[in-house]
Amino acid sequence: MTVESTAAHKPRRSAGTKSTAGRRTTAKKPTGAEPDLVQLLTPEGARVKNAEFDKYVAGITPEDLRGLYRDMVLTRRFDAEATALQRQGELGLWASLLGQEAAQIGSGRALRDDDYVFPTYREHGVAWCRGVDPTNLLGMFRGVNHGGWDPNTNNFHLYTIVIGSQTLHATGYAMGITKDGADSAVIAYFGDGASSQGDVAESFTFSAVYNAPVVFFCQNNQWAISEPTEKQTRVPLYQRAQGFGFPGVRVDGNDVLACLAVTRWALERARSGEGPTLVEAYTYRMGAHTTSDDPTKYRADEEREAWEAKDPILRLRAHLESAHHTDEGFFAELEAESEALGRRVREAVRAMPDPDHFAIFENVYADGHALVDEERAQFAAYQASFADAEGGK
Amino acid sequence: MAAEKTALAKAINESLRHALETDPKVLVMGEDVGKLGGVFRVTDGLQKDFGESRVIDTPLAESGIVGTAIGLALRGYRPVVEIQFDGFVFPAYDQIVTQLAKMHARSLGKVKLPVVVRIPYGGGIGAVEHHSESPESLFAHVSGLKVVSPSDASDAYWMMQQAIQSDDPVIFFEPKRRYWDKAEVNTEAIPGPLHKARVVREGTDLTLAAYGPMVKLCREAADAAAEEGKSLEVVDLRSVSPLDFDTVQTSVEKTRRLVVVHEAPVFFGSGAEIAARITERCFYHLEAPVLRVGGYHAPYPPARLEEEYLPGLDRVLDAVDRALAY
Repeated sequence: MTVESTAAHKPRRSAGTKSTAGRRTTAKKPTGAEPDLVQLLTPEGARVKNAEFDKYVAGITPEDLRGLYRDMVLTRRFDAEATALQRQGELGLWASLLGQEAAQIGSGRALRDDDYVFPTYREHGVAWCRGVDPTNLLGMFRGVNHGGWDPNTNNFHLYTIVIGSQTLHATGYAMGITKDGADSAVIAYFGDGASSQGDVAESFTFSAVYNAPVVFFCQNNQWAISEPTEKQTRVPLYQRAQGFGFPGVRVDGNDVLACLAVTRWALERARSGEGPTLVEAYTYRMGAHTTSDDPTKYRADEEREAWEAKDPILRLRAHLESAHHTDEGFFAELEAESEALGRRVREAVRAMPDPDHFAIFENVYADGHALVDEERAQFAAYQASFADAEGGK
Repeated sequence: MAAEKTALAKAINESLRHALETDPKVLVMGEDVGKLGGVFRVTDGLQKDFGESRVIDTPLAESGIVGTAIGLALRGYRPVVEIQFDGFVFPAYDQIVTQLAKMHARSLGKVKLPVVVRIPYGGGIGAVEHHSESPESLFAHVSGLKVVSPSDASDAYWMMQQAIQSDDPVIFFEPKRRYWDKAEVNTEAIPGPLHKARVVREGTDLTLAAYGPMVKLCREAADAAAEEGKSLEVVDLRSVSPLDFDTVQTSVEKTRRLVVVHEAPVFFGSGAEIAARITERCFYHLEAPVLRVGGYHAPYPPARLEEEYLPGLDRVLDAVDRALAY
């Protein structure tokens, strides 16, 4: 497709022209996939042509495809290990990304090193793409810190738990890129639930007004804990962009190739001064919201089974095999690598020390604060009183 | 030449101008801060001289203003954002409390957010609802934030410089009813650290502690009390978080009595914290309980009732009399 300017944008994908507001009196489930869904690989792994987006993956090699497959498999393996570690009591909580590997790997691999990522708390696959050590993601879920990595090492911000807040940080960061005259871009991840937050609407407004180079990547995984998407919106989410004056597109979130292509397109728009883009990756949260959640209370097994047939990893595997891009050795090596990753993560978590007690008072302020100093001293004296008592025995 | 006097609003304007001139990373953001120069003209002329990229008229969305300021700070900028009025800050409260205040700690010190949030606050100007509030305690209660309030033009100039230079987020409460009060501003000499209280009038019988708009009232109360032969010391706290308890303690150890004055409601206000800590520090010096004068546990009233709601000269002197009667 040709890159459209914001002003000239035709509501081709953001097809909000059929006014839903005037006719319906009750909200209806947002329309599913076709014909708006950008898909390059069918669930059976067949490559389908797309006149607009093919060019964004035109140069992709078998090695690239194997790389995407490897990323997804290792991310899923890591995720499964983290879930198991929660069940074993090593983590307090885990938010699984199961089912969303294609959306995260496809978008994550579209990024350049100098781009900046603002994740929610479920972007383990994107973190993987950025080079964040997976074990660093587990500190907050184990309860030893609130985020154990330097955001500027990999241009991957800390996980944000209050949903939607980070879309404004992403927008501000993108405004800064513009002021610096750089051609980097920002990607902000959020979900269907967060799309209802005022901060997301405000980030759309600010990014549009300032033409900020930001890609809003919404993983619509159909469920915000127990609330289905129709409790958040009565139009398909990608159509929201139209009202703010920038394009929105819905992509098959279980198709890693399509996610890669669409995100590359959106990033190219950002880099070339065309401002924000909304990408809605239509996917499914295969597991619970977190390990504390019980999805059997609110959704039917049949729904999950229907999505299993669209599994992102099986889809790419089918494509790789039918194109003879892989052999048994590749899968065996990857299997061994997966198990090694699982083992490494398991051992790292078990070896993760509890923080020093005085960490409570660390980094509360950059320039210090008299009250924090005073309370640290009181805490130290209190702790020391036990040592004195023991020493006196 | 004879020192020229500058209005408090103009002093902040000059302080912002100086920061914009000396540090290319400083930005000014907010509603109507550009062409209009802000509803109180605090940013008057800045956009004309520094351009729309550095003095930024924002959409009317306070959460968006603070949220994008956080993002700009992450990119290396030092945004000074204006919240147009005290009562308008609450759409941004989540971003301030949940994000701005905590990001340094949750990044284990890797991220610094040098953001200044300017809030014209307090009553006494006959304004409509939501334009006269004093929410400083709601911010002082949050670790990770620093909260300051100048009482005169000189402090306004210098404390703004220091707030902008701080690597921590600073909530900068501007006493809007004192915007037009003039004082000498020496732009050559820093008067002292940002978070240090200052004895602005010495006395021996009782200490009045206040900040922002109430410092002037306390000085007037000390003048009135002097006519009755009572010697009041006045401490300008200047900073609510951190709060310089040492200076208050030194004063109270001398005067043995303390009255805290603020416009904010007394209940759970900064006066309560000061009373608790000074009681603990000065228990054997105190001749009277620490008393507080402030707003009531009621919504800020319509303008024609605000003189009854706000601490005035008589209410301060009444509290002084009660403290001296112990």
